[in-house]
Amino acid sequence: MKYLAQAAVAATLAGSMGLQPALADTAKIGFVTTLTTPAAVIGNDMKNAAELAREHLGGKAGDTDLEIIFADDGFAPETGKQATDKLVKQDDVDFVTGFIWSHVLLASRKSALDGGKFLISANAGPSQMAGKLCDENYFSTSWQNDQTPMAMGEVLNQQGVKSLYIMAPNYAAGKDMVEGVERTYKGEIKGKDLTKWGADAQLDFSAELAKAEASGAEGIFVFYPGGAGAAFAKQYDQAGLADKLPLYSVFTVDALSLPKLQDAGLGAIMGSRTTQQWDPTLDNAANKKFVDDFKAKYGTYPSFYAAQSYDAIMLIASAIEAAGGNMDDTDALRAGLKAADFDSVRGDFKFGNNNMPIQDFYLREVVADDDGKWTTKVVSTVFEDHQDSYAAECKLN
Amino acid sequence: MDASLLIIQTLNGVQLGLLLFLVASGLTLVFGILDFVNLAHAALYMVGAFICASLTYALGNFVLAVLLALPLTAVVGLVVERTVARPLYSRGHLDQVLATFGLILVFETLAHMIWGPAGMSVPLPDSLNGQTTLPGGIQIPTFRLVIIGAGLAAAGGLFWLVNYTRLGMLIRAGASNRTMVSALGINIQLLFSLVFALGAALAGLAGMLIAPITEASIGMGHSIIITAFVVIIVGGIGSMKGAFVAAILIGLIDTLGRSFIDDLFKLVMSSEAAENAAPAISAMLIYIIMAAVLAFRPQGLFPPKVR
Repeated sequence: MKYLAQAAVAATLAGSMGLQPALADTAKIGFVTTLTTPAAVIGNDMKNAAELAREHLGGKAGDTDLEIIFADDGFAPETGKQATDKLVKQDDVDFVTGFIWSHVLLASRKSALDGGKFLISANAGPSQMAGKLCDENYFSTSWQNDQTPMAMGEVLNQQGVKSLYIMAPNYAAGKDMVEGVERTYKGEIKGKDLTKWGADAQLDFSAELAKAEASGAEGIFVFYPGGAGAAFAKQYDQAGLADKLPLYSVFTVDALSLPKLQDAGLGAIMGSRTTQQWDPTLDNAANKKFVDDFKAKYGTYPSFYAAQSYDAIMLIASAIEAAGGNMDDTDALRAGLKAADFDSVRGDFKFGNNNMPIQDFYLREVVADDDGKWTTKVVSTVFEDHQDSYAAECKLN
Repeated sequence: MDASLLIIQTLNGVQLGLLLFLVASGLTLVFGILDFVNLAHAALYMVGAFICASLTYALGNFVLAVLLALPLTAVVGLVVERTVARPLYSRGHLDQVLATFGLILVFETLAHMIWGPAGMSVPLPDSLNGQTTLPGGIQIPTFRLVIIGAGLAAAGGLFWLVNYTRLGMLIRAGASNRTMVSALGINIQLLFSLVFALGAALAGLAGMLIAPITEASIGMGHSIIITAFVVIIVGGIGSMKGAFVAAILIGLIDTLGRSFIDDLFKLVMSSEAAENAAPAISAMLIYIIMAAVLAFRPQGLFPPKVR
């Protein structure tokens, strides 16, 4: 018996030494997001989605092991840049992805690209990086900031809203969002407020809401991502504006703010409209698997941040597979990324000349699902195969 | 710029000012009497909000939750005073800043572990959630009026406490000459503990009042603590009256600045330039005021009489 056991151990050892290839290649993915400050709620959702994507892939892209290293940007450009520097220089990752915030991405851009790494935004879409600062190694699984509000501007035209009040945070993406809605919206803009943003962001909007009401506008357009969205919606409701000043928002009412709004009993948000390139109800196999498994594992609906992060990992995995797992073959990896040959949860899309997605945009409405949980559903398609407005400024082709 | 908007914005400014006063009064008490720089005041503001949020869900009643959370936050303040603050009284301000900054990180990590990163919204009872119509047909969210009421009540209570009670007399005496008070046989340690706990409860109350408007979240204290320091510097460090006047002043300047500065700028520059400049200037406004006060009256508007 003793001999038998020894023989078995020896055989196993010999087998494992002989059969395994020298050393399985590992692809390292650096994932920069916000894991502290109140905005950590977004980063957490993205982290969950990236981990789910890795799980769905079985931890591998082809024969290559996937390793994801998460780093915190502290909701501040300088911290985000430091985190990126560390990932590029110390961890020597192959891809840098994540990035909620446009100002963080803009600050971190050079560190990643000059370090010869691929940079893939899973959320932020600053106009500069879609236009003049575009790069052959920079891709996005989200959108250019202007696109979603442009879709909302179109919706406002269709619904005959004649005048509008605009509120957004005062940073790179906030300005892009305002520019986006102004680009397509044809009515009169009665007023505009850009509020303080960052780790000590302004969350009390009493003065701005009073101004909006007094302006006599027919609707209010807002962009308040993360926790600020729930704070805005509450004050909007407390000020009794739901009947007087209908709410049209982008990136504000989402899977992160809705459970909180439901807890606080804010019925006023029910039926409010928002535009997006993705929705949990989109009918495709990849999305169904993603949404079901995400709900089963984490107990909540995934947010659009989660969907884009999931896509970012899937895109990277598809590129590694296309390059045959050779992490030194940059050209093959780039071609693999550009092909976008994977099952995106938003359905099919392709990359434009500036490596930004050309994709559909939907109008969504807040509804209760079969279990009574508040979520969104698609009402209509606003844009088909929409390309951002900065593609022409990009010298790539 | 019509009159009713001006009235609403003035009320909004007063409401913000009273919240600032609640935070600044605790800060100025502790700084003025204990000579202790307490950055962790911001953490107590957050702790108050989170305790109140949890209790609101447990009890189903916001008002009851506030009444219970107040003594609990005071107890947290007492524990902080005993364990962290007391050994640091004799040390320099820099040591105190470092220690209490560390305390903020400890509290925020604890909150992250207990309540998660998401933050908690605090549901209001229906009676507080609507709007109230003031004379002249002006509508204002009811809860904003509640904040004004609670803030004024706290300010009144504090005024009475400091000016008309034995404890208040000792507090004022302690602020003027600490050594003499203890030489007269007063238990100065107990007095310090009480002052610290009172400050904690006031900061906690501010957190509880803001939570239904925004939410209880990690890091919620960062912005208000900076503004509260501006308030006590403008008002005169250690002065309760100064804290009150400066808080209302800063609240009004901030709110009215955010409301009307773009309209004012449009009178002298293009509307596009005004739109770009206004948010930057209104964010700076209170610091400009502070710089002006420091330049012309470095001791603040109402410095305590004897130091």
